[in-house]
Amino acid sequence: MNVVTLSQLQFAATCMFHWIFVPLTLGLSIMTAWMETKYVTTGDETWLRMTKFWGKLFLINFALGVVTGITMEFQFGLNWAEYSRYVGDIFGAPLAMEATITFFLESVFIGVWIFGWNKIPKKTHAVSIWLAAIGTNMSALFILLANAWMQHPVGYVIRNGRAEMTDFLAVVTNPYGWIKFSHTLMSGYALAAFVIMGVSAWHLLKANETDFFKRSFKMAAGWAFVASLLVAVTGDFHAVEIAKNQPSKFAAMESIWETKRNAGMCLFLIPDSNNECNAVEKLVIPGMLSFLAFHDTNGEIKGLKDFPKDMRPMVTPTFLSFRLMAGLGTFMIVASFVGVILSRRKTFIDNRLFLYVMVFAIPVPYLAQQFGWVVAELGRQPWIVYGVMKTSDAVSKSVTATQIILSLLGFVVLYGFLGAIDIFLLVKYAKKGPAKDTSSILDMKGRG
Amino acid sequence: MDISVYQITWFVLCSVLWAVYFMLDGFVLGTGFLSTFIAKNDTEKRILINAVGPVWDGNEVWLLTAGGATFAAFPTTYALMFSNLYSALILLLFSLIVRGVSFEFRGKMEGASWKGGWDKAILVSSFLPALLFGVAFGNIFRGIPMRNDFTTLQFSYEGSLIGLLNPYGLVTGVLFVMLFAVHGALYISLKTVGDLNKRATAMANKLWPILLVVAVVFLGFTWPATKLYDNFIKVPVLLIIPVVAVVSLLMVKVFAGKNECGKAFIFSCLTILFVVFTGVAGLFPNLLPSNLDAASNLTIFNSSSSLLTLKIMTAVALIMVPIVICYKIWVYRIFRARITEDDVLTNPDAY
Repeated sequence: MNVVTLSQLQFAATCMFHWIFVPLTLGLSIMTAWMETKYVTTGDETWLRMTKFWGKLFLINFALGVVTGITMEFQFGLNWAEYSRYVGDIFGAPLAMEATITFFLESVFIGVWIFGWNKIPKKTHAVSIWLAAIGTNMSALFILLANAWMQHPVGYVIRNGRAEMTDFLAVVTNPYGWIKFSHTLMSGYALAAFVIMGVSAWHLLKANETDFFKRSFKMAAGWAFVASLLVAVTGDFHAVEIAKNQPSKFAAMESIWETKRNAGMCLFLIPDSNNECNAVEKLVIPGMLSFLAFHDTNGEIKGLKDFPKDMRPMVTPTFLSFRLMAGLGTFMIVASFVGVILSRRKTFIDNRLFLYVMVFAIPVPYLAQQFGWVVAELGRQPWIVYGVMKTSDAVSKSVTATQIILSLLGFVVLYGFLGAIDIFLLVKYAKKGPAKDTSSILDMKGRG
Repeated sequence: MDISVYQITWFVLCSVLWAVYFMLDGFVLGTGFLSTFIAKNDTEKRILINAVGPVWDGNEVWLLTAGGATFAAFPTTYALMFSNLYSALILLLFSLIVRGVSFEFRGKMEGASWKGGWDKAILVSSFLPALLFGVAFGNIFRGIPMRNDFTTLQFSYEGSLIGLLNPYGLVTGVLFVMLFAVHGALYISLKTVGDLNKRATAMANKLWPILLVVAVVFLGFTWPATKLYDNFIKVPVLLIIPVVAVVSLLMVKVFAGKNECGKAFIFSCLTILFVVFTGVAGLFPNLLPSNLDAASNLTIFNSSSSLLTLKIMTAVALIMVPIVICYKIWVYRIFRARITEDDVLTNPDAY
């Protein structure tokens, strides 16, 4: 394999691994902050126990998200030196801002939150988890604005042998970035809510701490339903942006070969890239695709054949990932809606089948998000910056294939090992359930 | 204002970010690799980990900020520094990853082999970054074998991982290890009580003479190995920087010897800051020199971002860095108390 493929493989592997931990951090930080706020305002100890229990899982997960994030920042320079040099004038700024504005906020106040029980007043303690959660959520904004610039470059000019920023406001108000941010944030909230529902369902099946887990489930079901719906809504807006700005990605997502108006959507479709057509097209909804892309059934969808072969993304994996993401997302809306209805009933825990389903549904949002990223990044190929720079021109010239094979092996071994331990610990602490006793926290005399 | 004003501003800002990172993570790394030698049992180990617990993550962010600032202000340097030093930085990255999770994982299960395993992980993953950062900076001071043509935009590198382990790189590596060791020992004595505190102070006093010897070797070796002294000869007033570094280093011993570890720690902070400042003052205006030909040097002038980007980043830094410093000081004040056995044994949230 050559340096380009190896660099792509390493970036994909480290990024996808990073993304196992990030969405739960995004969602659970906010939900933990919500629980602690409920505790501070109502004084109800169950909220405190919920804060402690779900907060513990949040922290175990958070650690791996942080350390694998360092890799992401280093990797642009390590493996993508030509890219970093060429676009650093624009791309570096949001990264530096992410570190200065949000990483400090997140990391410093996480420390305050973990070690600050009893040392600072209750309200300040609750504020610290909010600050950490805001830092976490805002960091997603900066990195997604950076990513959005790769998808839909704005506010730049090619000058002095590189892309230079001409309009900072355009970069930070890139609609592509804000839509992606809301889509990502909502999917993070949905994922965290599904984790809470799944773990709660497991305990409810065993009749452990039923009040505690019923309340947790009920809260999470509401979050999950609203967030999953918003994932779909923002996803719809996102698709419109893609159809407008990245026609080759949109064509690959839907496996459209011929340019056409009033394009229909096939519910069942098998792409055949070799023959530049679809092997099977069944159950067509007329005009649906044009409507999804342009909110107008007469909109013209560009087909893949309009692009030279080497300017098209890989069709089958992009198409399949998009369908799987959308399918899993639909499941999430339905499951969380049922959850909202059932968790309001007194007989909730008798719905054993539903509870089983929710335990096994924990991986669903994880898979949906991974597929979503595959669509976003694979669908952008062969471009690293859409229409501006090709991925094959972006790699480091001084790094050899052997070096990358070794580092990739290192990542696989190290991440595999740490990921296994982290998931093991998450399962262990999730199964253990909440602490019975909160007296050590409630004793506000402190041990300073 | 002329772009060179911003380029110089960002040279100073990046230097400060790197220096503050070494000052802050220095004691976390030092505490990490000394914990094996200073702590005698599990409780003492936990005291040491909890002494850095609330702050290690926030301290590490200075590295991300320094890296991010280098990327935003000097993208060409960021790109070539990271890709040319690929293997060394991958090793560094792996160490930092392991170091972070070790703190988090160690206390999550009981059992001697679980904890013993993470103790070894903390030892190695705290020692390696100290050494590798030193080796990296030694090689930056010395220059690396690269050829860069800024008109045709052709960049090539002729070095290797083994090539970085040259004598001067290694001396700088050992210098960083010793600086962080003394720094860590002083931090431990500042954060502990009783026997542990006494052992840490004794350790700082024992390690200091070794640090002094390494520092003298480093300063001497810098003359033939680098061009760092050129700037000091040209502008003698700059000599104030290494003088502060040397005086601070001596004051560390003065106060550590008197058992006044708070003051010794402050001077240890100053030592690290001014060692880094000495290096970068010698480098200016280079960010990463080439040891093949001077035309290939990456300087603040040939590798910087555009004026607009530098202006925006300056505004962000001027607003955000003071805010960050304020809340960081607040946090250090909250957690200023020494950690006792009782703290880690009764706090369910302790590491």
